Amino acid sequence: MEAENLLKRFGDFVAVNRISFKVATGECFGILGPNGAGKTTTVRMVYGFSPMTGGNLKVFGLDISRDWRRIKARIGVCQQENSLDPDLTVLQNLEVFARYFDIPKKVAREKAMELLVFIALDHRRKATVSELSGGMMRRLVLARALINEPDLLILDEPTTGLDPQSRHQVWDRLEELREKGISILLTTHYMEEASRLCDRLIIIDHGLILVEGRPQELIRQHVGRDVIEIPGPTQELRSFVQARQLPHEDLGHRLLVYSEDKGELYQRMTRDFCKEGCVMRMATLEDVFLKLTGRELRE
Amino acid sequence: MTGRVPLRISRRFLRVWQRNLKVYRKSWKVSFIPPFLEPLFYLIAFGVGLSGLVGNIHYQGSEISYARFIAPALIGVSIMYNAFFETTYASFVRMYYQRTFDAMLATPLSLEEVITGEIVWGATKSLIAAAIMMGVISLFGFIRFPDSLLILPLAVLGGIAFGSIGMFFTAIVDNIEIFNLPVFLFVTPMFLFSGTFFPIENLPRWAQQIALLFPLTHLANLARSFSFGKFSPSLLWEISYLLIFSLIFFPLALLKMQQRLIK
Repeated sequence: MEAENLLKRFGDFVAVNRISFKVATGECFGILGPNGAGKTTTVRMVYGFSPMTGGNLKVFGLDISRDWRRIKARIGVCQQENSLDPDLTVLQNLEVFARYFDIPKKVAREKAMELLVFIALDHRRKATVSELSGGMMRRLVLARALINEPDLLILDEPTTGLDPQSRHQVWDRLEELREKGISILLTTHYMEEASRLCDRLIIIDHGLILVEGRPQELIRQHVGRDVIEIPGPTQELRSFVQARQLPHEDLGHRLLVYSEDKGELYQRMTRDFCKEGCVMRMATLEDVFLKLTGRELRE
Repeated sequence: MTGRVPLRISRRFLRVWQRNLKVYRKSWKVSFIPPFLEPLFYLIAFGVGLSGLVGNIHYQGSEISYARFIAPALIGVSIMYNAFFETTYASFVRMYYQRTFDAMLATPLSLEEVITGEIVWGATKSLIAAAIMMGVISLFGFIRFPDSLLILPLAVLGGIAFGSIGMFFTAIVDNIEIFNLPVFLFVTPMFLFSGTFFPIENLPRWAQQIALLFPLTHLANLARSFSFGKFSPSLLWEISYLLIFSLIFFPLALLKMQQRLIK
């Protein structure tokens, strides 16, 4: 899929400000951003839920405003909010959804059973949705999105609100799908999720793309190899960092120093400045994210 | 800013209809009870209890028992209730609380098909209710066959009319409590003053004219005429009224739903 100058306005508010990106076949592409950055608005345009205000959007080489029905037939969507049908059982949820795609009854039944095994819910197929746990519901939403054997899977915050076990369960399933060659477009604000699943990603904020690249490359480019965290930094240390023009971030009660030198700086600092014990750790995508989007609360 | 969205309706709206039918079939035994008992209750309360006070009624030149007078109108009321309550409360729950429409819109269905499926489903419930009530009422010998079978297509037309205006309200209300307003200001006055329990000729002139604007007045009158097998050319204009009513509120419901849901 390919988005070019994608624009979305709600009245005077610009939610998505002429962004362009491409998702290659078989790729897992992530859209990261704080709350209200425009992630959901962007993917909603891709699956034809929201009409775009401007720009071009092609999915499978087809134009979304003209060939929306053909495109939607080949996409699977996991929406952020639970939209499972509480009036139906687990199995019926899949079968009724299959009918929206005009999938014949027999094929739908087979596919549904296969997917229930895939998400480890085959023993609960007669349960109603309200009897399921949060993790089970998410897995069922995922199965439902796969009922039409989509070429592109769109996941809008697929693991938000899940406990760690359920989250890893979902990630395992998604990795399996990725290995099968299905393209994935994923929004998330979990950096661990993005690092683990995404081949490439963009970080957006206020409707604009801040950076684009592979997770490891982005970490290298914007943060470096390691991060030294110093709780309660002294004035001495601050002067030391400033004098040497080390890349850093000062949070007041805590100083983060980005480093490339495999620990020399860390040893020096531990020896001379760190009374309370500094920590050196690998730089993560979260460092990149916070560096680029800031640390103030988004509500 | 949404821009204008063209109407996109194909036979796929039946998929939405099928979904509702599937849910309905899970509890059909319970769903069948109201249309079965409702006419019995009314006929006993009004036809037996009240008819001693009312006596017979003059209707179109002949004299008929009170129970016979109200029986077909009860079918009309039920057609109204079934479609209207389906596309207001029930559709609102699916749209707002269950997010069923959101899920459907991530499939090849269009919003117009989802809404059409809901309205046609409302009309289907009217049809089912009308058929059950006809069965019950025919036990009293109050309706003539085969003439009264025309009530079945009438139930579909009436169901589309009331289902459309119900869906129109669903598209514009902020929360489910607000439905009390159209129920109290629109449905209840119609239930009472549409020639259902007494001929509208008994009303003062100005009130008669208002009653003629009510779709239920025409629906009840048509149901009564079909039950008695009394046909006159004026029925055509009453059918036209229901048709025009549907032709106004069906597109209006689609338009308002587009404005509400497509963002």
